[in-house]
Formats: sequence, structure tokens, C-alpha cells
Amino acid sequence: MKKSFTSTTRFRLAKSSFFFYLVCGFSLVTLIPLFLILWELIRKGYAQFNPSLFTEVAPTSMEAMLAHISGAPIPGGILNGITGTILILSLAILFAIPLGITTGVYLAEKQDKPVARLVRSLSDLLQGIPSIVIGVIVYIWVVKPMSSYSALAGSVALAIMMLPMVIRSTEESLKMLPTSLKEAGLALGGSYATVVLRILLPSAFSGLFTGSLLAISRVMGETAPLLVTVLGATTVNWDITRPVSAASLLIWEFYNDPNLAGLIWSTSLLLLLIILGINLCAKSIAKRWKIQ
Amino acid sequence: MKDKIFRASLFVAACLIIILTASIVYGLVSQSLDAFSNFGFGFITSSEWDSRNDVYSALPFIMGTLLTSVLALLFCIPFSLSVSLFNGEYFRGHRASTILSSVVDLLAGVPSIVFGLWGFYTLRPLMVEMGVNEQGFGVLLSSIVLAIMIIPYASSLSAEFLAMVPNDLKEGAYSLGATRLEVIQRVSLPAAGSGIFAAYVLAFGRALGETMAVTMLIGNTNNIPHGLGDTGNTMASIIANQFGEAGGLKLSSLMAIGLLLFLITASINFIAKYIMKMVRQ
Repeated sequence: MKKSFTSTTRFRLAKSSFFFYLVCGFSLVTLIPLFLILWELIRKGYAQFNPSLFTEVAPTSMEAMLAHISGAPIPGGILNGITGTILILSLAILFAIPLGITTGVYLAEKQDKPVARLVRSLSDLLQGIPSIVIGVIVYIWVVKPMSSYSALAGSVALAIMMLPMVIRSTEESLKMLPTSLKEAGLALGGSYATVVLRILLPSAFSGLFTGSLLAISRVMGETAPLLVTVLGATTVNWDITRPVSAASLLIWEFYNDPNLAGLIWSTSLLLLLIILGINLCAKSIAKRWKIQ
Repeated sequence: MKDKIFRASLFVAACLIIILTASIVYGLVSQSLDAFSNFGFGFITSSEWDSRNDVYSALPFIMGTLLTSVLALLFCIPFSLSVSLFNGEYFRGHRASTILSSVVDLLAGVPSIVFGLWGFYTLRPLMVEMGVNEQGFGVLLSSIVLAIMIIPYASSLSAEFLAMVPNDLKEGAYSLGATRLEVIQRVSLPAAGSGIFAAYVLAFGRALGETMAVTMLIGNTNNIPHGLGDTGNTMASIIANQFGEAGGLKLSSLMAIGLLLFLITASINFIAKYIMKMVRQ
């Protein structure tokens, strides 16, 4: 067969398969950065990955320098960052998820009403706002009136970033449910509220859960908005009206202080592993849900 | 009764979103009035940033933002286009495509600050070796890292649009004797073209607002960058850098830069969403 091709055809086929290998090559190259980043973090961070990372607060620059001079590993851990991240994130979840789900239900129910259309476009708009701009706005709203940086301010900023994702995923997963489900509920005499709360939301639960997980993982590593809202702290602090630290903020501090540079890698590794873990978890839930 | 309360609370939640967005815009505008009334239109056209004399302007940072983002977009095109062809055309529904797309999606999950660290410790020495400049910081370094960061956004949406091209069209071309490349060139890419364009516009919007990685890599000098090796600052990075110590007119100027950044990203996103809406209809 092949011999009967004219030379132009052979050239066209060769060009086509050359392009195919080019596409495969470039696609494979795209995989490299993620593994390079992971490799770098693991290679430099595993040594500091010990229990004290989770049980002690970040060392001062002085302590780290003394340890560095005597050749010992840098003492201390990132307990203040871990607790800070937990505090800020849980507050943000508390703000964003109920409001986001309620708005998502509204959008799914009132698909083409003018208000729903407006809210849908505004939520797209919110999604596109750069995180640092949200940070400075929250600074004006919360930090200035309270005249102190606080965990509360940070969680408001993160909540605003989470909202559009929660709204979108709630709306999408509710829209995927068959209309007959709602009709059956109403036909059985259920009130509107009962049908939404007891039938629609539970049926769409995995979609909501996945969306919320992805939203959480997206804001978990955010640094810029926290930089201008929570500032950072050297001790463990559970008071939401006072400055706290966060894992991502600690990375920024370590980066700016050469004495503490040794702690960057274990902190980043921990943060990245948690985020990628949440991502993978959310994806696998989404996959299982789609098959059903 | 219960129903009424329930319906009302749904409506209130939706209204809260409207109020939230309105007050974000109001906050940005009201805080930046000071800067605009002081410097007038010159705030956007002059290039002076001097804390001692309290003279501020946005042009160097607008230029820095546009330059790094455009370069990032250019750098990312060969890779993201390949990934989207791999996932949406060559290996659609194949296992290889599932693996590639999930790894690329994970790349989107890596925090900005980790990209910054990687750029600083791994790519910067390479820049120095290549002789870009002495320190390695600058436009080139930040746009390479930005390009890697936006690949997932550009490629996953484009792949979706490529996969939406009707099979009949492609089969028609194959039956006329077109090779795979010719089908991609003459059928798939033109058919999915506007959707792919919208995907890149969205990715560009992402690049405009990236903060931490750029702040760590661009060198943080307040001048208009003139070349690849030049250092500079973007709108996002100047805010992140100088916000902590700012007050008075400087704070207002930073807010004004925030407002400009908001306006630019909002219009870019609006354009992308509009094109996508047209495509889907």
C-alpha cells in the first residue's frame, strides 16, 4: 500500500506525524515543572520534616543564626502557622460556604430572572478580582476600623475568594439533578423549603462537597491577601481580633530572613502536600459522582 | 410561613453578593479619589514614584504588568496548545489524557508563593548563567514562571472547546483525504477558534493579577522595564511590596493602582466570558 503514495502525500503524512510527536513532546515537557518543584521541596525539606515542625512555634532570627553557626538544624517548627491557617480557614469556611450555597440555590431556582443573571455575572466578576486587591479592600473594611490586623480580616478576604467557586459549584450540581426529583417531592406534599433542604441539597451533596473542597484548597496557599490583613505573629494565638500567623505567611517570612531559610522547604512541602491531597481527594469524589 | 422565610433568605443571600461587589467597587473608588484628585490624569501617564516627595504614578507598573503578562502568554502558547490538542484531539477519552490533564490540573493548585520560591532558587541561577543580568531577577524570569502558572487555565478550557468540535466535520475532512494535521489546521482549530481565544484571554487575566510569585522574581524597581533583562514592578507587586508601610497619599495611590488593576482584569474577564457565551449559543 505505502508504495503507491505519491511523494507529496508522503510529505503530508510525514508532516502530520511530525506534528503529532511535537505535540506529545511539548505536552510531556509541561509535566516537568510540577515534578521539579516537588523534587526540590522533598530534597531540601525532608530533613526538617520532624515532629517539632508540628509542635513548636517558629524560631526567632537569633535562635536560627546561633543554630546555623553551631551547625545544628534550625530549632522550632511552624505550630503558629498551622494553628493560624486552621483558624483563618475555618472562619472563612463559616462565612463563605453557607452564603455561597444559599446563593447557588437561588441561582439554580431562578435561572433567568434579572436578579439571578446579575448575581451570576457579579460572581464571575468576583472570581476574577486579583487576590491582592481583595486584600487591600478588606484592609480598608476591617483592619482600619478595628485599628489592628486580625485573623478575622484574613478570613473575610479568603471567604470573598471562596464565594464564587462555592456559588458556581452549587448551581451547577443542582442544575444537573432531574426536574422530576423536585416534582416528585412537591407532589408528595413537601413544602418548597423541605424539598430543597431534604431532597435537592442531599442529592447534590457530593457536588457541593467537591466544590467546597476545591475552594478551600485554592485559598489555603494564598499569601498576598493575608500579607495585608493578618500580618503574622510569633506565638500561637486563637483570638480572632488579633494578628495571627499562617503557613503561607511563614514561608514569606522565612524567605525574607536568610537565617530562617532552612525552614522554607519543609513548610512549603507540608503546605503543597496538603493542597495537592485535598485536590486529588476532591477530584476522585467528583469522578465517582459523575459515574452514578 | 416557613416557605416564605426560606424564599426570603435565598433572595437575601443573592442580594448580599450584589452588595458585596458594589461595596468592593465603592471602597476602591472612594479610597483612590485622593490620588486622582492630586495627580489628575497624570497619575496614569507619568512615570514618577517618589516616596520622599510624595509623588506617585501608575505608568511603570501598568507597563510592567502588561509586559510580563503578554510575555507569559506568548511563552505558554506552545505548551498549552499542545496539552489541549493532546487532551481534546489526539487522546480524547484515552487514559493518557486523563493522566496528563490531572497532572496539569495539579499544577494549578500549587500556591503562588511556592512557584516564587522555585523561581528564586532554581530558575534564577539559570538566568544568571545565561547572562540575562547579574542578579537574575527581572521581566524574563517572572514571565517564565507566570507562563507555567497559567498553562493549566489556558489548556483545560481550550481542550474542552476542541472536544466540542462535531465529529462529522472532522470525518468529512478525513474522507476527503486530509491528514491528521490538516484536519487540525483546517477544521478543529478554526471551529474551536473563538473558544480557544477566550481561554487565552482568561489565562491572560490570571497573569495580570498574580502577586506573590511576581513580587519575588521581578526585582522590585519602580521604573518602566525596557527589555527582557530589565527589572521592574507590576501593579500587584507594588501593592504587596509597599502596602505595609503606606499611609496618606501613598496609601491612596496604591488603592488607585488596585482600582486600575481591578478595572483591567474585570474588562479582560468580561471580554472572555462574552466570547464564550457567543460560542456556546
